[in-house]
Parts: sequence; structure tokens; C-alpha cells
Amino acid sequence: MSAKTRVNLARRSFLKAGVGAGAGLTLGVILPPLAAAQDAAPGLPGSGALVAGRFEPNAFVTIAPDNTVTVISKHLEMGQGVYTGLATLVAEELDADWDQVAVSAAPADASRYNNLFWGPMQGTGGSTAIANSFMQMREAGAAARQMLIAAAAERWSVAAGEITVESGVVRHASSGRSASFGELAEAAARQPVPSAVTVKDPADFRLIGKRVPRKDGSGKIDGSAVFTQDVQLDGMLTSLVAHPPRFGARVNKVDSAAARAVPGVVAVHQIPSGVAVVARDFWSASRGRDALQIDWDESGAVTASSATLMASYRERAQSAGLVARSEGAVDTALEKAANRLDASYEFPYLAHAAMEPMNCVIRLDEQGCEVWNGEQLHTGDQMALAGFLGITPQQVRVNTLFAGGSFGRRANPQSDYLLEAAAIAKAGGGKAPVKLVWTREDDMRAGWFRPMYFHSLRAGLDAQGRPVAWRHRIVGQSIGAGTAFESAMVRDGVDSTSVEGASNLPYAIPNVSVELHTTEVGVPVQWWRAVGSTHTAFAVECFIDELAHAAGRDPVEYRLELLGEHPRHSAVLQLAADRAGWGKPLAEGKARGVALHESFNTRVAQVAELSRMPNGGFQIDRVVIAVDCGIAINPDVIRAQMEGGMGYGLSATLESEITIENGAVVEGNFDGYRVLRIGQMPKVEVHIVKSAEPPTGVGEPATPVIAPAVANALFALDGKRARRLPLGVNS
Amino acid sequence: MIGFEINGSAIELDVDPDMPLLWAIRDAAGLTGTKYGCGAALCGACTVHVDGRAVRSCLLPVSSVAGKSVTTIEGVSGGTAAAVKQAWLELEVVQCGYCQSGQIMSAVELLERNPSPDDAQIDSAMRGNICRCATYARIRDAIRLASRSLSGRSEA
Ligand code: FES
Ligand code: FES
Repeated sequence: MSAKTRVNLARRSFLKAGVGAGAGLTLGVILPPLAAAQDAAPGLPGSGALVAGRFEPNAFVTIAPDNTVTVISKHLEMGQGVYTGLATLVAEELDADWDQVAVSAAPADASRYNNLFWGPMQGTGGSTAIANSFMQMREAGAAARQMLIAAAAERWSVAAGEITVESGVVRHASSGRSASFGELAEAAARQPVPSAVTVKDPADFRLIGKRVPRKDGSGKIDGSAVFTQDVQLDGMLTSLVAHPPRFGARVNKVDSAAARAVPGVVAVHQIPSGVAVVARDFWSASRGRDALQIDWDESGAVTASSATLMASYRERAQSAGLVARSEGAVDTALEKAANRLDASYEFPYLAHAAMEPMNCVIRLDEQGCEVWNGEQLHTGDQMALAGFLGITPQQVRVNTLFAGGSFGRRANPQSDYLLEAAAIAKAGGGKAPVKLVWTREDDMRAGWFRPMYFHSLRAGLDAQGRPVAWRHRIVGQSIGAGTAFESAMVRDGVDSTSVEGASNLPYAIPNVSVELHTTEVGVPVQWWRAVGSTHTAFAVECFIDELAHAAGRDPVEYRLELLGEHPRHSAVLQLAADRAGWGKPLAEGKARGVALHESFNTRVAQVAELSRMPNGGFQIDRVVIAVDCGIAINPDVIRAQMEGGMGYGLSATLESEITIENGAVVEGNFDGYRVLRIGQMPKVEVHIVKSAEPPTGVGEPATPVIAPAVANALFALDGKRARRLPLGVNS
Repeated sequence: MIGFEINGSAIELDVDPDMPLLWAIRDAAGLTGTKYGCGAALCGACTVHVDGRAVRSCLLPVSSVAGKSVTTIEGVSGGTAAAVKQAWLELEVVQCGYCQSGQIMSAVELLERNPSPDDAQIDSAMRGNICRCATYARIRDAIRLASRSLSGRSEA
């Protein structure tokens, strides 16, 4: 990365087209931004056209005569800071002034706004937003800059090479002329779109790596930021749905007379997912729903309960599963080992419980359908809605709003709540826009949980305590099976998201076997912040700690010795250990624990420091986090994601648990499904590894590391190994 | 008709007297800064001030605020509110932002009652406000920062 990177856009577009060839080489589907710009409809960002004096050099940037630079975000802002990150990339290459930059959400459009890591699909997840956009956004900014320079050169009759751009001002030093972006916008729009651009040498970065204010900060402290819950349209009605009490149950008969009699209730519809009450406002809909008399047909309902399921999972783990990774001869090595260790770990179902319960607004009209949603799977939902309504995807116009958290939930592979809203709007004859609102209980009980899992591990150590064999069996439901993602996620019966974090065990052990038993349970499951790592990191990092202890070794040194081929892992571990004062004596009643994990190509190490409480419980005093996520675009956003991601994982470490009983969810609100509160939040320190590698995601990787760090600290405190999550309250 | 004051203006709402204040504010008065998170006084997203005290509006019947003064995130003002918002921005507290109206309303009330809370007092006053993005460490720091700026002390 020492020299400026010259990017040949035509060549890149060819390469990108090649990637999508399996899906049909339709240029409209996989065109890169600059070429796509020529293709887009006039008036849309990226049309390359001049709309009311605005300069729209490509699908990601518009510059208005009032000097506003608008960065169009193809990704959902759900708290992870992506608006700020994408704007930083564009502003950096454009040499814009940070204050002149605004961000707006892109429409759903796979041809211009696809996630470059996902082929022809637009969506936000897997901590890919910044990683897949890194060059795309920089190129977009650089192209716009080049066109502004060309316009200035033409206007001033000077050579383009003599023109400089700094903080939103285009300048020709020797003639003393200068112009704002806004003044040049119209002329720039008439310049040819460059076929190649030059992006900056990292040594010249002014914004990347610096702290800049978040773009979504002020609207979120004065009540003006608009979430889906806040959308108000003329004539809009609000709908609540009575869902079946058990998974798999259906409506047999409904008596809706009392519900219809509630003032404000407009209609009651039976829909595939239950019974919808449509009313003038939330309160009327809620009272109407309470008044419904529903006779449920539970003949096909799920009968499973968490406790019996776990017992059956434990049983399954006795036998070999499908192979996710196999090296050497594990059974022989285990037999010959000087010392053998066994451990098992249990993980409950988990709800995402985003602060904003699921909701969306749908309006059916002559053109098709318009949606307002914290949209995370833009074109997946667009296609699902089109299929359901019998229209084309282009007829589904998606307005993406801020999401009040998601943690994966809003990227539902079955478009569950969107199709529910569409069913209600359709049942009402499409006359009024409908806002579907889920209550907290609806959100918690409708499912789409992080699956329940059982892990069984066995390791063999040689006489020196070095691990020579490692067998890891995982039992649980597949997230990908039966979804549009199955072909990408499931290979030879192994769902990669069930084993990720285990199958890529970084420790050098000559004989390794990672096996999977996939179970089928009628409880809907889905990715939950950090997906497979939410359980695999715990199993691997608790067990390696146990091995270190059995070998009589320091847990950090033991890991480091086994990480020879993974210098970036070693470096984050070392950094966290150093900053936490690892090895330094602690006061009586205090202890430290460590864990290290890579997810989404980002390495995170955490050291948790605990104190025993007088009541016998424990308190987490401090967590030191080290992260290697490549080039740090926005260090403060990275810190925030490390703090918050760790805190999100801490809820599941300490208290959160969804219990299934006879096919029904026991917990309904934050009294039963307990989550982290302020008094439980430790002090957090975040240290970012300096790196010139391409950036990797930060939204998820902090989440899975805290549970093993805390469990290992608990062992250091009281000598007991945790075998299940959650651990139980700490104070 | 239920009459009360909202953000300094008189308002009369023709709604079911049992309607929770939250929905009267959001659906009838059209102020959407106050959020729904649980409907059961468990999360604090719906926190507003009634006659200066922080309350959860999701369970409180609108009839119970007749004749009273309600302040929401859109209207909260004064030196304490300004200091809190400034601290929130300076420390970049927000992530998804959905809980933050409630957090700020709770923090403003805390500092109005107790301009120099210690950590235990902060934790206890803010206990009812869940943040699923877990911005808690920054919330604590921002309350301390606002407290310092209110008392004119320089940043420690
Ligand atoms: S919505 Fe009122 S406390 Fe949660
Ligand atoms: S900022 Fe997202 S819930 Fe608090």
C-alpha cells in the first residue's frame, strides 16, 4: 500500500461480472457503480444526469448546488456506524469537508447497490458493510473528485494537474482561483465519467483513521431520527397480529365480534400467520386484539421443550457426526495420548430482542407496493414481496429507515414480518397503508432465535501437556437449511454457520476432527450477532483454557505457542494481555480470564477481570479488548462496536435465555428474558492493532469473546468450569 | 377530552382515558421521539417527564396527566438538558439510538435532582433504561461529563 493505487474500472467491472456469471451474466445485475451510472433511470442517484443542477457522478454520491455532498448508503444503519464509515470513505477520496457531507439510504436495487461479497444481492450482514464497500466507496469519491477537477480546469482554462482539492474547495494556486463543490456541480455533471481513477496513498489520508463526528448522532438525541415505528402516512392504519401460542399451531376459528366492537378497530383479517386486527392507532388495535376469541388448531404444533431437546442433543453427541474438518487420526491419537480431557457445553435459544421490536409499513398502490422498513435484506425482501403480491421486484419500492437495532433479526431469510404486513394490506384490499407493529411479547415469542446447541469436546495431551488430538462435536439446528442461502451455506450436509469458529480452530494440533449433527425442530432459527461464533468461541476458548490448566501452563503462553501460523491472532492476544496487565498479581478475591476469537476476518482478544461479591456472586470490573480489523476507518466507531458488541454478548453470558415448553416460548418481555443493565456494564478499554491490511468488520466480532473470557476468569476465581450459558446473574 | 400541557403548549386530546400516555403522545399528539420498547415499564424507552419527574409513559393512563405538564425529548430544554445532550454528542454515546430518548430523559432528571451523582447513583437512576446496543459505559461517562460541565469544573 505504499504507492497510489490506480484502479482500472473497466477491468474491475469485468472481474465483477465474472463473479456473478453463475447467476447469468446480466450486466444490470452486477455492474459496478461507475458503469451502472450510465444505466440508471434519470432522477435516481447514479443516473449520471443533471437533475435540478445536482451532480450525480455515480450511484453513491450526489453534489448539490448548495454544496451538500450526499453519500448514498446501500447498507442499513442499525447502530453499527455504517453511515459514518461509508461517508468517511467517500469524503476522504473526494477531499470533501466533513460538515458538508450528509448520508441518505439507497433504494433496494440489486443492479447498483448489491453487497459485493454477496453476488447479486443487496443486504447488510456478516460484518461486511465496510469491507465490501472499502474500494467501491473510495472509487466513487475519487471519480467525483476527478470530474470536479475536470470542470474547474475547463472553466479556468488551466491544466487539471495544477488543480488541488482540499476540504471541499477546488483551487488553482497560481491564478488564485477557487470554487466550492456546489459552484462546480453543474459543470462537473457534464464531464465524462472517468474510466479509471486513482485513489489515495494511505499516507495521505485525512479522515480515515481519524475521529469524525457520527453522521447519525444529533438526530438520535433530539427525537428527530425516524425509525420505522415513527412513520406516519396519510390514512395509515396500525395492525397487531395474534400469533399462534405454539409454533406450528394454526387458526381454527375466530370470533371477532368483540374485537370489531372496540372503538377505533377498522377490520379483522385472518392471515397465514394468525389473526390481524387493523385499527386507527396502536391502542385500539391492542384492545381489539385482546378481545379476539381464537380457537387454535394445535394438532400440528411443536411439542418440544428445551430440557428434553437438550437431553436428546446430549445423546446425539455420543456418536460421530458429519465431518466439518478432519486432519490426522483423532481416535488413534486420543487413545495414545498421555492425558485425556472431556468437556461439554450447553447453549440455550436466544432472542435478538432489538430495542425496536419488529415492524414495517406497507402501502399497496397502482405502481405496486411501497415499503418503509429498517431494511437489512433489501433485495431478498423485495423479491419475496414481489412474489407474494404477484408483481415485479422493481414494483416494490423500499424506503430504508434507521433500525433500532437488529443483531441479524431484520435480515430474515423468509421475510417473515414483511410478508405478514403485506398479507394484512392485501386482505384490506390495499385501500390504506398499514403499519404492522409487534409488541415486545410478539417479538420475543415469534421466534427466529439463535439455535440451541450442545457441544462435546475431547482432547488428548502428550506428556509435555501439548495437545495432540482435538475432537469437537456440535449438535443443533441449521440456520441455512430451507432458506435461499442453503446452497451457499450448507455443503455436504454441514451448515457452515453451525461450525464456524470451531472448524477454523487456529491452534496447531496435529489430529483434529470437527463434527456436526444437524437436528430438526419446528422452532424457527436465525443468525444472531456473530452467528456460529456465539457458541463455538465459548466451547473452543473454555476448552483450550482447560487444556492449558491441565498442562500446568499459563493460558496466554499456551495459546501463543499454538498460534505459530496465525501471527495476527498472536498479536491481538499479546496486546490484550499486555494492556490488561496479564500475569501481574491481583488483590485477593479478584481474577482474570482471557479469550481470543476470529470471526468475519476480524481478530478479537478480551481479558475480563472479576471480583467476588460478598453475596457469593461476582462482578465484572474491567474488560480489556484488543482488535485487529485491518485499516481502522473510524477508530471511535470501532471502539463503540467493541464496547457494545461485548456488552451484547454479556447479556447472553450472564442472563438471557429463551425457554421452549411444549412448543411455546416461556419468556415474553424483559422481566423473563433478562438483558444487561447499566450496573452490570464493566469498564471497557479498547486497543486497536495498527494495520495496513484491508478493513474487516467490527459489528459482530466482539460479541462471542466475552463469555469465554468471563468463564475462564470465573474458573481462576473459584476453580469451577462453566458448562452452560447463561452463567447466572453476577450481582 | 383530556387536557394537559406538552412541551409548554396546551393540548386537548379526544382519546380513550385508559390509553397509555405513550400512545397519546405518539399516535394522538404525533410526537414520535418517545419510543415504545416493552409496554411494561421494563425498558425505559418511553421515559418522559411529568411535572419534572421521569416516568414510564407506556403504562400510565393519559387521564392521569390531566392538568399536568408533560415534557418529551422534543421539548426537553434548559441548562441540564443542554449539558446532557452536549455530553452525549461529545462522547458519541448513540448507536442505533432507539433507547436514547429515554436515556436522556432519565439522565436529565437525575442531574436535576442530583447534580453530582456518584457511579452507584448513576447506575441506580439509569437501571430502568435498557440499551440493547450496550452503550452503558458511554452513558455513564456522559452523565459524569455533563455533571462536571454543569458545576463548571473542568474535565478531570
Ligand atoms: S416502553 Fe415503557 S418502559 Fe419499555
Ligand atoms: S443505542 Fe441502541 S438500544 Fe441503545
